[in-house]
Amino acid sequence: MTRILTHLQRLEAESIHIMREVVAEAEKPVMLYSVGKDSAVMLHLARKAFYPAPPPFPLLHVDTTWKFQAMYALREKAAREAGMELLVHRNPEAIERGINPFDHGALHTDMWKTEGLKQALDKYGFDAAFGGARRDEEKSRAKERIFSFRTATHGWDPKNQRPELWNLYNARKAPRTRNGGESIRVFPLSNWTELDIWQYIQLENIEIVPLYFAAPRPTVERDGMLVMVDDDRFPLEGEQPIERWIRFRTLGCYPLTGAVESTASTLSEIIQEMLLTTTSERQGRAIDRDAGGSSMEKKKQEGYF
Amino acid sequence: MADHSSSEGPSPQNAYRPDALAGEDIDAYLTRHQHKTMLRFITCGSVDDGKSTLIGRLLYDSKMIFEDQLASLESDSKRIGTQGQELDYALLVDGLAAEREQGITIDVAYRFFSTDRRKFIVADCPGHEQYTRNMVTGASTAELAVILVDARKGVLVQTRRHSFLCHRLGIRRIVLAVNKMDLIDYDQAAYDAIVADYARFAAEIGIEAFTAMPISGFKGDNIAGPSEHMPWYTGPSLIEHLETVELGAADAQDRPFRMPVQWVNRPDLDFRGFAGLIAGGTIKPGAALRVLPSGKTTTLERIVTFSGDLEEAVAGQSVTLTFADEIDCSRGDVIAAAEDPPQVSDQFEATLVWMDDDPMLVGRAYWLKLGTQTVSASVQEPKYEINVNTMAHLAAKTLTLNSIGVAEVHTEKPIVFEPYADNRTLGGFVLIDKLTNRTVAGGMLHFALRRAQNVHWQPSDVTREDHAGIKNQTPRVLWFTGLSGSGKSTIANEVEKRLAVMNRHTFLLDGDNVRHGLNKDLGFTDADRIENIRRVGEVARLMADAGLIVLTAFISPFRAERQMVRDMLPDTEFVEIFVDTPLEIAEQRDVKGLYKKAREGKLKNFTGIDSPYEAPENPDIVVNTVEMTPGEAAEYIIRQIMPLK
Repeated sequence: MTRILTHLQRLEAESIHIMREVVAEAEKPVMLYSVGKDSAVMLHLARKAFYPAPPPFPLLHVDTTWKFQAMYALREKAAREAGMELLVHRNPEAIERGINPFDHGALHTDMWKTEGLKQALDKYGFDAAFGGARRDEEKSRAKERIFSFRTATHGWDPKNQRPELWNLYNARKAPRTRNGGESIRVFPLSNWTELDIWQYIQLENIEIVPLYFAAPRPTVERDGMLVMVDDDRFPLEGEQPIERWIRFRTLGCYPLTGAVESTASTLSEIIQEMLLTTTSERQGRAIDRDAGGSSMEKKKQEGYF
Repeated sequence: MADHSSSEGPSPQNAYRPDALAGEDIDAYLTRHQHKTMLRFITCGSVDDGKSTLIGRLLYDSKMIFEDQLASLESDSKRIGTQGQELDYALLVDGLAAEREQGITIDVAYRFFSTDRRKFIVADCPGHEQYTRNMVTGASTAELAVILVDARKGVLVQTRRHSFLCHRLGIRRIVLAVNKMDLIDYDQAAYDAIVADYARFAAEIGIEAFTAMPISGFKGDNIAGPSEHMPWYTGPSLIEHLETVELGAADAQDRPFRMPVQWVNRPDLDFRGFAGLIAGGTIKPGAALRVLPSGKTTTLERIVTFSGDLEEAVAGQSVTLTFADEIDCSRGDVIAAAEDPPQVSDQFEATLVWMDDDPMLVGRAYWLKLGTQTVSASVQEPKYEINVNTMAHLAAKTLTLNSIGVAEVHTEKPIVFEPYADNRTLGGFVLIDKLTNRTVAGGMLHFALRRAQNVHWQPSDVTREDHAGIKNQTPRVLWFTGLSGSGKSTIANEVEKRLAVMNRHTFLLDGDNVRHGLNKDLGFTDADRIENIRRVGEVARLMADAGLIVLTAFISPFRAERQMVRDMLPDTEFVEIFVDTPLEIAEQRDVKGLYKKAREGKLKNFTGIDSPYEAPENPDIVVNTVEMTPGEAAEYIIRQIMPLK
């Protein structure tokens, strides 16, 4: 009798296959871990792919020092439970110049994340980095390969991508030179959608940052966005934070991440809310909209993950 | 979904309307969606068949477009749209900036939508000819193809091309979607004529069955539900068809068990598991297994997963297997049903789709990746190229970007395979350029050549180590490379004289001499130069097996072929010696008067003049003939290669 695999079983099998190919063919892989829900699923899949061994690569968190406190807490715990080494990189120049989202705008993302990531990959000499991006997130992602090449300077050339046939991935790179080398970003969740991620989290009982669930939290309104006052670095402009029932659909630097008012406190309720909502997921993030429709594509050519 | 009336033009009010069940009983909704299956399909059409519009429409009708996306779609439609004041769905999916400017789709894009029954992954593939490679890429993972035809134009050359490629890539479920029916007033006779025309063509190329439907991606007719404009059409809508079409899982599971080993999992001495994605069949603990290419047999002990051991695993699952005995098994091996294993061979006939700007070089060594096996391989002169518009077979010397042909492929060592028609995983491969690392071709194996199956390696009792031991020396291949007139033969001759004095057993293979005999059938085209070096490499290898120190003096202009010879020999036996003489100096010397002839145009394909010389990047030894005499160069080389024991 034929057993038809469900869509989640097929997605899981594909992601595991991708991770094993990277481990078999790359010299020094690493998993970029942002502590968000996609990272949580990616880490869970990695544990499945290599079980009973722990995943044979470290986790790398490119930190901005401005993440939510709850994210830092889960980060340590998740790495410990997976039996993996956790590397944390903070761009020393950004530390020195005190780059922050309140005073520096776009420079904040550029210095901490784009530059920070390049620094970390160069510093450790990683030649393959797993990322949790999905093709349904954004238009330019839809055209990116699962194994996506970056030049020695971390640039992405959308016109010069290797054809990806069947499930055959070409992980060959030019040998490293003194100026660094080519590297690959690998996206094992390429074919997952936001709904797939949530369903899988529920089905597999994967721990995620509590901020995804609604609770009363201190908030202020900035530029039409509800922002949570997560620590005392938040410059209050005379206003008093207001306790509101909120939750987050995506997680990043707390001052840049918009909350939604919600009472959804279980996974089912979150999924329900997601299904009933009428705006797309990345809308809560400032990063996608600062240069017209092709902003993410431009960022990626510059080396953003 | 039925509430999306097709006659009503799209408007922001009916943008995203979630499933009622999601609001009423989320847990029931989730249970239903957990049991969804998945279908990957590809849409093919010409530049203006309305492909992007159709996909935008599918996303829209399956409620994947959100308010904010719709808002930007509305403003974009007014600004750069091509549909007047109406929504231009194409803008939803034409992602890259360059595409927006040119109004075309330039690469494969993957789109996602889902209904209550299925999740869909759509490969959106460009239709124009120069991007055949993208279509082949998209088709390689698809189980079904939607071939779009503009109702006003009927079956075009592109329609044939797309159908042919999909069929060749093994897609057995084909939907002929006759689009833009609204522009021909939903005329049934015109539709019937197009379907009849396509049926004739489909039969010609061996497409056994297809499903035809009249649609309008722009207006939404027969997309999510029946169209009130075409009561004469009683078949399913496109989404209904996609939701109910039978999946290929049954085919895959009925086949004998196969799993290419990706990775050996060895966390400690007590556990040794073999990780992979099952490429065919079904497996249970206790099953008799055979590991290929070694042919050793064992029994399946456990199917290990993170969530506990499984009692059964099927094609499409990623698992880790353990064996009852400790037998050798590593990445690249294939674990198979013991009684019905796949074949092993090193010579094949295959269909190749060339995907690189640089044309195929007959005889050049490329990496061939099939399943988890990566081996060195070369392609022979094509038997024929296929004109993808007429399906005619044409004579061809090579394959160029976007051309498709049939040729013999030879691998350096035997690989485990199945015909592509039986198993995509064990029959589909890519070729990778060894220097640029680009993926240059996709291929599909047809069958192994009989001669490969009947020629076996004859093991000899006197081994190559014995041969070398008797001569009391270590075999070497001293490979001299450099421009014509650089001094290769002269220096090689000096080195050989010195080795002879030292009682070493040597042999010098000289370029000119070999071309008088073994290689007298070869000229100086790139392909012939590659074959010249391949033969010399094989001869040098036999001589090294016999224990000799072989010296070769050939221009050998291409890095790839020098690497090919290096790969033929055990590590350290190949010594690349770059006789580094600048072109001006070699041309000044012009011992044989060849440069003069080449400059006068009397000699074609002369290295350095109208044919490239690729200098070694990391030669083992470099001699500079401007600073050294041939004798000094020979002394220097001898010092580098000693002690030779």
